Amino acid sequence: MKAHASKFKWSKYTQLLVPLMSILLIVIFNLLRDPSFFSIGTSTNNLGNPVLTGNLVSILNGASELAIIAMGMTLVTAACGGQDISVGALATIAGSVFVRILRSGQITIGSILVGFLCCCVAAMLFGAFNGTLVSVFRIQPMIATLVLFTCGRSIAYWINGGATPTISSPLITAIGSFIPGCPVPTPIIIVAVMALILGLVFRFTTLGLYTQTVGINQRAARLNGINPMFIKLVSFLVLGLCCAVAGCISVSRLSLINHETMLLEIEMDAILAVAIGGNALGGGKFKVTGSVLGAYAIQALTTTLYAMKVPSTDVKAYKAIVIILIVVISSPVVKKATNRLWTKIRARIPAKKEVVAQ
Amino acid sequence: MKKFARLFVALMMVCIMAIGVAAAEITVGIVNNPPSESGYREANVKDFEAVFSAENGYAAKTFYSLKNDEQLSAAQQFITDGVDYLLISAAETTGWDAVLASAQENGIPVFLFDRMIDCDEELYAAAVVSDMANQGKLAVEWLIAQALPEYKIIHIQGAMGSDAQIGRTGALDKQVAENENWSIVVQQTATWDEAEAKKIVEAVINSKEDFNIIYAENDGMARGAVAALDEAGITHGVGGKVIVMGFDCNRWALREVLAGTWNYDGQCSPFQAAVISDMIKTLEDGGAIETKLVISEEKGFDAATITQADIDQYGLGE
Repeated sequence: MKAHASKFKWSKYTQLLVPLMSILLIVIFNLLRDPSFFSIGTSTNNLGNPVLTGNLVSILNGASELAIIAMGMTLVTAACGGQDISVGALATIAGSVFVRILRSGQITIGSILVGFLCCCVAAMLFGAFNGTLVSVFRIQPMIATLVLFTCGRSIAYWINGGATPTISSPLITAIGSFIPGCPVPTPIIIVAVMALILGLVFRFTTLGLYTQTVGINQRAARLNGINPMFIKLVSFLVLGLCCAVAGCISVSRLSLINHETMLLEIEMDAILAVAIGGNALGGGKFKVTGSVLGAYAIQALTTTLYAMKVPSTDVKAYKAIVIILIVVISSPVVKKATNRLWTKIRARIPAKKEVVAQ
Repeated sequence: MKKFARLFVALMMVCIMAIGVAAAEITVGIVNNPPSESGYREANVKDFEAVFSAENGYAAKTFYSLKNDEQLSAAQQFITDGVDYLLISAAETTGWDAVLASAQENGIPVFLFDRMIDCDEELYAAAVVSDMANQGKLAVEWLIAQALPEYKIIHIQGAMGSDAQIGRTGALDKQVAENENWSIVVQQTATWDEAEAKKIVEAVINSKEDFNIIYAENDGMARGAVAALDEAGITHGVGGKVIVMGFDCNRWALREVLAGTWNYDGQCSPFQAAVISDMIKTLEDGGAIETKLVISEEKGFDAATITQADIDQYGLGE
């Protein structure tokens, strides 16, 4: 692999092949089924704003929470070699804090900011709790986060008390659906901003490199002066922040929080997004872009199934079949085989050229 | 010394039993879904907590879960603990035969509340339930009364296999099958998830298919569907293009009906505790339960006739 890396520049991005391929697969399938599937149109929503519509917009919009959580999940996976299964519960707690603060008074831009900050702090505290269990006490991430997975939704319920509290305000609608005058759904913009921030962090700090180092070999990292405990903790704090943002989006979409169903089973989809993104689930090398693409692939699949009107009882089975395909394609065995095939083909192409030259 | 210790322990036990008899508390094991599930469940759990309280002479053990297998093992545990009565609102309608049979062997009467269980009638003492099928029937009857030339329905289902889903789906499926001008545009489950309901409706709107009715099996999913309509600029409610129907009667949902942005909300009464308590008192006094199946009286609210008083009286949550 290393010899390859030095040969091609683009091989830095081979990891993205799998998510891109899976998206391409879904796109081609849909275009064959219904050529107008990805057409984008404009219409006026009931508030009188011009907005973009179409399946593409729905997919990008619907996958927002998943994409954001997948970003954080990638970091945790890379640093700790395990996954956080409490993200759904954690996002619900964050959303619950957000709702609680907004319900305590008039909803203004100021109170939304305060609410958002509080929910970030709350989510990062819980993230720190998970992170401490994993880094200091060296508990397997899945076991450590099982605690919050089990009790998180109850905590979210205690924070608000009511079963489905509502918050109604045009400002909240602007966050969850459209800002007046902007035709792009706000959640899509928020994902872009989050991606930008994370991208800048990786560009200008050593966080990415250190995370990868800790994931590959903790002892070597420590010998090189990197504190693995700290890096692991940071990855959980970032994930906490991601959950807070996802929680706020989810709550704002319908100006309502349902503690039991909000972002239900998103932990599974987030782990899947990381896997489809070509990241090693055992830690080490990672690419956040891959996970985000993976998130969009998952949502594209769900939207396709809805558009195909697959009977409600069969949806999960169909989803499982596609997921098996994607995961097998991205498995190390298949990867090795395709690599071998690729080198064979490459070996033949220059040979042919020489023949032509003669 | 050993003898003395034994005697002492035996004495203690007698004392404890005497105290138990003196207090004459009735222990009940309550297996329910968690209050956070919905506004309905919150009201339901509160109702049972209030009725089966220490003041009313009960010692209640409760267990809340959305998962059938967890509920089953909790019920089994309550039987092992030797509760006097077992009260169950099952997550799913099937799989309960063994546990109910075990309760019967141990002489523990079982009361089903809120949801029916698919089992032999002999296995429970009585069932106090909402007739979900009747709720579906009421809603469909209301829909028929609207006398639309054509019914093109987006049907958003709850968690597949739950009693509420089966009941509320049944009546609609039957009506669609029997009438030519009734058709289902899409029938999909959102597992009670508001956000998922929105995505389902979005997919239909994007496919440019025509529809004029949203039949969502609870309030939250109706809200999700309405959000999709709002974003696509489709009018809904009284005088709108699309008729919106929900179930459960959350206060916020009834306010939507009153405002005319929704058309119909079906009630699902969460108050069954008092009826069951009366039955238990009858059994304690040596009487027998006369009616095995008690159905809570329920109705549906129409945007044209609903009043603020209805919201105050029948609304759940806030």
